[in-house]
Amino acid sequence: MRADALAGGFIDPPIDASRAFRGIMTAMARPGTISTVTGALPPTPLGVAAGVAVLTLCDPDTPIFLGSSHDTQDVRDWITFQTGAPFVSPAQAVFAIGMWGDLPLDEFSLGTSEYPDRSATLIIELPELRNTGLTLKGPGILGAAKLSLPDAQTLHRNHGLYPRGLDFLFTCADRLAALPRTTRIG
Amino acid sequence: MTDYNFAYLDEQTKRMIRRAILKGLAIPGYQVPFASREMPMPYGWGTGGVQVSAAVLTPEDRFKVIDQGADDTTNAVSIRRFFEKTAGVAVTEATAEASVIQTRHRIPELPLREDQILVYQVPIPEPLRFLEPSEVETRKMHSLEEYGLMHVKLYEDISQHGTIATAYAYPVKVEGRYVMDPSPIPKFDNPKLEMAGVQLFGAGREQRIYAVPPYTQVVSLDFDDYPFAPTKADHACDLCGATDSYLDELIMDDAGGRMFMCSDTDYCGTRRVAGHVGAQAAALAEDAA
Repeated sequence: MRADALAGGFIDPPIDASRAFRGIMTAMARPGTISTVTGALPPTPLGVAAGVAVLTLCDPDTPIFLGSSHDTQDVRDWITFQTGAPFVSPAQAVFAIGMWGDLPLDEFSLGTSEYPDRSATLIIELPELRNTGLTLKGPGILGAAKLSLPDAQTLHRNHGLYPRGLDFLFTCADRLAALPRTTRIG
Repeated sequence: MTDYNFAYLDEQTKRMIRRAILKGLAIPGYQVPFASREMPMPYGWGTGGVQVSAAVLTPEDRFKVIDQGADDTTNAVSIRRFFEKTAGVAVTEATAEASVIQTRHRIPELPLREDQILVYQVPIPEPLRFLEPSEVETRKMHSLEEYGLMHVKLYEDISQHGTIATAYAYPVKVEGRYVMDPSPIPKFDNPKLEMAGVQLFGAGREQRIYAVPPYTQVVSLDFDDYPFAPTKADHACDLCGATDSYLDELIMDDAGGRMFMCSDTDYCGTRRVAGHVGAQAAALAEDAA
């Protein structure tokens, strides 16, 4: 393990995590809203917002799957030291981190009809995140919202599984938006 | 302040609660199990709401607590002081100034804004519990969207009382999927469940968290020929004259004297400061003088 893994965590974890969670919760409660979060300096290719989400939500209770783009020794060491979360296969993962193309979306847990909350949350790094592109409708949205998301068809299919389904956090640098399974695409 | 971790709970507990809140927001009305902690107050005093508040508060927040609409009752005062002491957050009694509001059994009269969060204390989160005592069965009923029993209950209300007699904790269907207990708010408050703010529900003893995101469809269950109707005492507030707020009835003496007053103390107080006067306001002011 390199010394870098020891750096880049929250300076004041209770306070930093509380502010970060407000940003994440606002994003999840209001799909299409882009929150700016700070406090983490993770090793590349992990972005600031993805790192903040990991520090805020992950611990030894939350197995993580890393997509091939993010599965580097630096990232593994940093997450291990900062959170203690174990690394697992997609089917066992509570959280997954990667780019849109390198996460096997069909393999993650969708929850069960009796426990739909037991589904994976995917943290996906996008090259850009703006309020343009796909139209979002549903809970948390007054009228309609827009978000620059990839692959409307896959997200639409995920919504069709409701109340089961995956939930997404989309990150880009220090910005973050969310797409719960309730959101209708298009 | 330094004697406690920020907002009392340890960080691993807060992460667990925060994950439950996010799943709750992603599945509106669905009860997410969580590992409720012992809090320094008894069950029934809002341990679920307190844990949810502890997980969402930031140092910048301004916190308000109401119990049946009132800021000055024992439950509200003690929870407000708890977070003043353990989180160092600012507190207020004004609905408009609060960013996080914890509530027991009321929704404030003033419509909430997008930047406000409402945290409910919930005693029994399962709307089907009094109809079906088994958790295994109610979970199956939710998964199969099998809510006929709830309609039978409302129908029996009509057959026995001539009207739907359920007056509080009136069941709602969220986003056309999950039937949810809105906590024991009066059914007068049910229409306000579709709001701009984020609503989080915490049941400590029953270990459940659920949520309603902003602008989510929340429909009170009813029948075509017996439509849902929010009700309140047919009276105006005797202190501020409001005709649009939920009222408490107060027995004044042994001779049957009584008065009605707003259950939302901030709403009533704000109106009185603005010059609104109710029927008995003058007489009470003289008594006090």
